[in-house]
Amino acid sequence: MDRAWHQIALDVLKANEVRLIPYVPDNVLKPLIAAIHADPFFHAFTVAREEEAVGIVAGAWMAGTRGMVLMQTSGFATLANVLASLPCAFQIPVLLMISERGTMGEFNQGQAAVWRTMRPTLEALAMEYHVVTRLDECEFIMDRTIQQAHLTQLPAALVLSPLLTGGKPTARQVVA
Amino acid sequence: MIVAHNAKRMYRFDLMQRLVARLEHEEAVIGGIGNTNFDLWSAGHRAQNFYMLGSMGLAVPIALGVALAQPERKVFAVEGDGSLLMQLGCLATVATLAPKNLAILVMDNGVYQITGGQETPAARADYAAIARGCGLAGAAWAADEADFERLVGQCLATDGPHFIAVKLDDQPPVTQTERDPPQIRDRFMRGMGAKRSKLLG
Ligand SMILES: Cc1ncc(C[n+]2csc(CCOP(=O)(O)OP(=O)(O)O)c2C)c(N)n1
Ligand SMILES: [Mg+2]
Repeated sequence: MDRAWHQIALDVLKANEVRLIPYVPDNVLKPLIAAIHADPFFHAFTVAREEEAVGIVAGAWMAGTRGMVLMQTSGFATLANVLASLPCAFQIPVLLMISERGTMGEFNQGQAAVWRTMRPTLEALAMEYHVVTRLDECEFIMDRTIQQAHLTQLPAALVLSPLLTGGKPTARQVVA
Repeated sequence: MIVAHNAKRMYRFDLMQRLVARLEHEEAVIGGIGNTNFDLWSAGHRAQNFYMLGSMGLAVPIALGVALAQPERKVFAVEGDGSLLMQLGCLATVATLAPKNLAILVMDNGVYQITGGQETPAARADYAAIARGCGLAGAAWAADEADFERLVGQCLATDGPHFIAVKLDDQPPVTQTERDPPQIRDRFMRGMGAKRSKLLG
């Protein structure tokens, strides 16, 4: 049987020695978060804000430990200032894994609105990012993006499309 | 226990010099935005210093990352009061992860000094009490310079995480840090032993 996207993500993180995983949770990321907590290779923990996690991963990398921040689209939207002034300015390969909410059947209007800011922000920061949509491309994209970030000492983002993860199931409106 | 209003108002550059003079084991020091890292720089550049730029509030998280990556090295985060106020949640994270090698030093002048001295909205807040409320049980105000020295000694000699808050007078920083972010990062990484290169640092 094919490995699920979260198993692939776990394997790729391990193969690239990405150990430190601070995160603010997201429903879609649940299986990945659970698997990372279950594996003693990783040090995973929640933080109060995504900004904090960017600082932690930046500090850890400068001291020799690789890390990645997990978040959802709304979390990414809180980050433009710290991304610009810390990993972009200092050339630090902070990795972001973003569960893409707000599109393809989103029921939450706030999520849908903030979704529209994600790509323009990534583009404006000139950050390398890839949207993973297919299981058969998942390993290649994740592995190469992580490798390139470390080789070039630049931050990068992996966006997990609902096409890959199934997204969060739409809550069907019940009209009485 | 010293309460905030009983703490003597001290000179940031003097305290920074006192801190740096006590560092004998290549301890890492992360200086927060603006004046905090300016006075760290003025106290004498060390390879183990990191001078942050615009990511206001991230001195503690950056120091936490360093502390997690190198548990054998003592790490100090030196942060301004306004900056910490912007990222108070990080104190709870630090308390939960409880890195033994991390110390937080908060430079409280009550204002956003670098942007013109406007008062922060924390006129009635007590940073050491906030830290204790987050789970950093030993968080304390330094009563005066001698007490500051004593508390720094505790940070160096005992397991943390530690938290020291100091009240500052209104003197400006001595000078400004040279701003070349990749160079600052490169030197810090060498200071951490995380990068070796034949290129001169
Ligand atoms: C997110 C963000 N908001 C505002 C600023 C502008 N700013 C830079 S330094 C600073 C004040 C910092 O205050 P504090 O940490 O108390 O240090 P002090 O200047 O008092 O030494 C402000 C508001 C910024 N850099 N980033
Ligand atoms: Mg201040």
